[in-house]
Amino acid sequence: MSEITPDLVRHLANLARIQIDETETELFASQLGLIVDSVAKVKAAVAGDVPATSHPIPMSNVFREDVVEPSLSQAQALSGSADSADGRFRVHAILDEE
Amino acid sequence: MAKDELMNYEKALEQFEVVIGLEVHVELNTKTKMFCGCRNEFGDEPNTNVCPICIGLPGSLPAVNKRAVESAIALGLALGCEIAPTGRFARKNYFYPDLAKNFQTSQYDEPIAFEGSLEVEVPSGKVFEVLIERAHMEEDAGKLTHVGGSTGRIQGAEYSLVDYNRAGVPLIEIVTKPIFGAGAEAPELAAAYVRSIRDFVKALNISDARMERGNVRCDANVSLRPHGTEKLGTRTETKNVNSLRSIERAVRYEIQRQAAILAKGGSIIQETRHWHEDKGSTSSGRPKSDADDYRYFPEPDLVPVQPSKDWIEAIRETLPENPAARRKRLQAAWQFSDLEFRDVVNADLLDAIEETVSAGAKPQSARKWWSGELARIANSEGKDVTALGVTTAQVAQLAELVESGKINDRLAREVLGYVLAGEGDPAAIVTARGLEVVSDDTALIAAIDAALASQPDVLDAIREGRMQAAGAVIGAVMKAMAGSADAARVRELLIAKANQ
Amino acid sequence: MSDLIFKTAAELAQLLAAKEVSSVEVTKAHLDRTSAVDGDVHSYLHVGESEALAAAAEVDRRRAAGEQLHPLAGVPIAVKDNLTTIDAPTTAGSKILEGWIPQYDATVVKAIRAAGLPILGKTNLDEFAMGSSTEFSAYGPSKNPWDLERIPGGSGGGSSSVVASFQAPLAIGSDTGGSIRFPAFVTGTVGTKPTYGAVSRYGLIALASSLDQIGPVTRNVLDAAMLQDLIAGHDPHDSTSLPESLGSMTEAAKKRDLKGLRVGVIKQLTGEGFQPGVTKAFNESLELLANAGAEIVEVSCPSFEYAIEAYYLILPAEASSNLAKFDSVRFGLRVTPEGNPTIERVMAATREAGFGPEVKRRIILGTYALSSGYYDAYYGSAQKVRTLIQRDFANAFAKADVLASPTAPTTAFKFGEKVADPLAMYLNDIATIPANLAGIPGISVPNGIAFDTNLPVGIQLLAPAREDARLYHVGAALEAMHEANWGKRMIDFAPALEVRG
Ligand SMILES: [Mg+2]
Ligand SMILES: [Zn+2]
Repeated sequence: MSEITPDLVRHLANLARIQIDETETELFASQLGLIVDSVAKVKAAVAGDVPATSHPIPMSNVFREDVVEPSLSQAQALSGSADSADGRFRVHAILDEE
Repeated sequence: MAKDELMNYEKALEQFEVVIGLEVHVELNTKTKMFCGCRNEFGDEPNTNVCPICIGLPGSLPAVNKRAVESAIALGLALGCEIAPTGRFARKNYFYPDLAKNFQTSQYDEPIAFEGSLEVEVPSGKVFEVLIERAHMEEDAGKLTHVGGSTGRIQGAEYSLVDYNRAGVPLIEIVTKPIFGAGAEAPELAAAYVRSIRDFVKALNISDARMERGNVRCDANVSLRPHGTEKLGTRTETKNVNSLRSIERAVRYEIQRQAAILAKGGSIIQETRHWHEDKGSTSSGRPKSDADDYRYFPEPDLVPVQPSKDWIEAIRETLPENPAARRKRLQAAWQFSDLEFRDVVNADLLDAIEETVSAGAKPQSARKWWSGELARIANSEGKDVTALGVTTAQVAQLAELVESGKINDRLAREVLGYVLAGEGDPAAIVTARGLEVVSDDTALIAAIDAALASQPDVLDAIREGRMQAAGAVIGAVMKAMAGSADAARVRELLIAKANQ
Repeated sequence: MSDLIFKTAAELAQLLAAKEVSSVEVTKAHLDRTSAVDGDVHSYLHVGESEALAAAAEVDRRRAAGEQLHPLAGVPIAVKDNLTTIDAPTTAGSKILEGWIPQYDATVVKAIRAAGLPILGKTNLDEFAMGSSTEFSAYGPSKNPWDLERIPGGSGGGSSSVVASFQAPLAIGSDTGGSIRFPAFVTGTVGTKPTYGAVSRYGLIALASSLDQIGPVTRNVLDAAMLQDLIAGHDPHDSTSLPESLGSMTEAAKKRDLKGLRVGVIKQLTGEGFQPGVTKAFNESLELLANAGAEIVEVSCPSFEYAIEAYYLILPAEASSNLAKFDSVRFGLRVTPEGNPTIERVMAATREAGFGPEVKRRIILGTYALSSGYYDAYYGSAQKVRTLIQRDFANAFAKADVLASPTAPTTAFKFGEKVADPLAMYLNDIATIPANLAGIPGISVPNGIAFDTNLPVGIQLLAPAREDARLYHVGAALEAMHEANWGKRMIDFAPALEVRG
């Protein structure tokens, strides 16, 4: 049976920076439980010697020359942001004031 | 924050063995960033060297800078590393506002270079072999400015501002294996190691290597364990130590701090600590809640790096002289004593002296100027000696003026003052200010006669071979000429007079 | 209602080239159609009327000036709303991007503009392309023009319904596990997922980077071929884009000869679990192919048993990382909780409010699949299953030139039928997912009406990597035989939509 407990869901949601309420926590725990149980069979599918495929079409050594390309203007860069000041993106305090 | 209790350094070393590990981040001097074509430039207007890729706009994709890869291979080779036949980029996932994509594109289990080593000499002359675990490529983060609260620190700031100009700048991270057995010299070894990494990347011309700009940054891991025990102690990672001096101080501080805790039966918390240059102490860093789980996985938007033998060998061809070999060569060429040479190395004056010598100065006088008068001035002004503003050519010229007897040491120091004040080159200053030593004998003879008038029996004394009597006259003459006389010449003339 | 809208892109291209119609007329006709039917169908999240007409006028001017133009110049097109466009909001169907105007054009969008195709608007999709029905769009679902009670497929239901309802002759889609082919299947249209890397992903808001691929959505095979020729090609901004050209799809779509062609029927994608009406239509298509001289062989792909499971580990894992950038700092929604919160709390509140339930579900699942201690068991194993599936395909393509299966097991379902049951929803992709895992190209071509539900169905053709041309060759030939039998095009079976003022 699945190891997806509400506590694990809370931990994962925190890692993923999603603030979820209790009802969602319970719902996700049960839904993810089912999904995880069903996907768990991939573990059985592969013997150790099978190599992993991370790129469907194998390629290597794709590089850019070290040549400058045009950047955005400062105004363009900031145009989508919710809040900015002094040509920079403004964000809330990083630490709680202790 | 409460002040840390520190144990006396010697006592700490009596009780504990020090184990250090060093992570050095080197910012490359490529024209463009690691994964996009934005300029890799320090100090530009905020968010002007940014594009959809380096501010992580939806839909954008990275593309690897070939020059950055070549730089990583070159450094790997210089550090005696294996170059991986297949290297891969990976995503290191954690949320932080200076990280545009909320993951850092780095390398994880397949770094481009691994298993190297580096011989590092500490001031005492002892040489340690530092084993390199890996060197990998990654991207720098943006720059946060903390506003409000106490002195722009992150603690108590009201808000923060993000500039992504630095986001995506190519970095190479070099990680050592744990370093044992440095004992009391662990702090010096840490600093010397970072210096030699800096020397390497400078020599390779892959980084500007300016520590004050954060081109070379060191995270120092320190742990203690009771002598004779196997198990490694809990380590702390001190970040943000960005000068050779502070690396030494920070390691020393952590040794004393941890020793005090352990001696009391306390235990060390595995944490990031921040070095504060001003206070000369470390403080507990922000609790990184995600630190336990970065969820690394292969970067699906990039393909593996598989450097061919030919490519690697071509890069090997371009490697410059190994800094250690260079030091041996220079000491032999300059004929400095071990002590003299070590002082020069520790004072970081190799480049300055080499340039001064090639500008025509004798090695010894070049050394005397740089580690003597110039070092003294730099010290009193709290500056780096190479940042005083005097050029190696000017120092060479100054030395030459003394060699040729045009000016004496006292005048030379005076002239140096004018050079530092921006009056131009020594030779020009000497003529402009008429500082040449007086070699016109008539003026000297007049001064000698004046001096003899007050002490006539000196000539007899000289004739009788009591030379010390000459001193008084010479002194008087020098005084009269306000120092602009060549004492040796005065002596000659005086003797000549006595023997008339 | 101008009947220009019922013409194929190829037909419109000819009329434009012959200067019998102007791009402004053609564009206007489709915009009129949109104001008449999109209130019901809801294909569009944004209609760029003035921009489209301006682009049309410009291409008419260039044509009048005698400039050398792209074959499709002047033919209007709709673009899925997960491709960035500097002149139109781009939301990916999510509240978290509501109102965002991108600072750059996707490479595909650049190519479309350069070729002079007016962009009519941005089409609806399940939020971040996570879904099979558009029910997970934050802006409400699109409807299936064949039956407004039913789903148009997903995630690209906006693009499938926009061509099926004659609001556009061409549309762009993206396919991560079937998001182009499944919607084509349920709307009686054509959709292709090209070989991974054939079309640049630069500017496509990533779902799962190693699975995503942009492709054409049209009403017939030739139009799809012409559109793939337009959007395909190497792009230095996409490090996974193929360096080489795959040749002309348009030429391939003009071939009809099937003699000696080996068509492999995938054992694991037939029979049990497939709706009788779907299977019957599939077998009829096989007969047509056989009658035309093709050799039908059976192939076995045993690892497909694990395809969905591997897919639902790889996709959420990559998505959880790709979607981390939606954090309120540089673009998009920012939700600030009460009091004076830290940036961490602002990010968490923003993502809570900005993401829908399916997105959160998959992000959390993906975070789990990547987290230390589980990586090897889940993400690692799934990547190995990919290798097994590639081996299955390699063996199958040793026996056959193309592979065939029904595109999906069942015809269009009603809204709400599966939304509460993720696992049931995921099963729609059973036939389409293997191609994404292996990076090979696949096309869905209409092959009739299911006798049991009276809804459209389609056949999926698969080819080896880089052999996209085979899909257009076989697909066009099959389409021609079907149309000969029916005496009309598949789309002409569709009931007429009610036209509103
Ligand atoms: Mg690092
Ligand atoms: Zn950039």
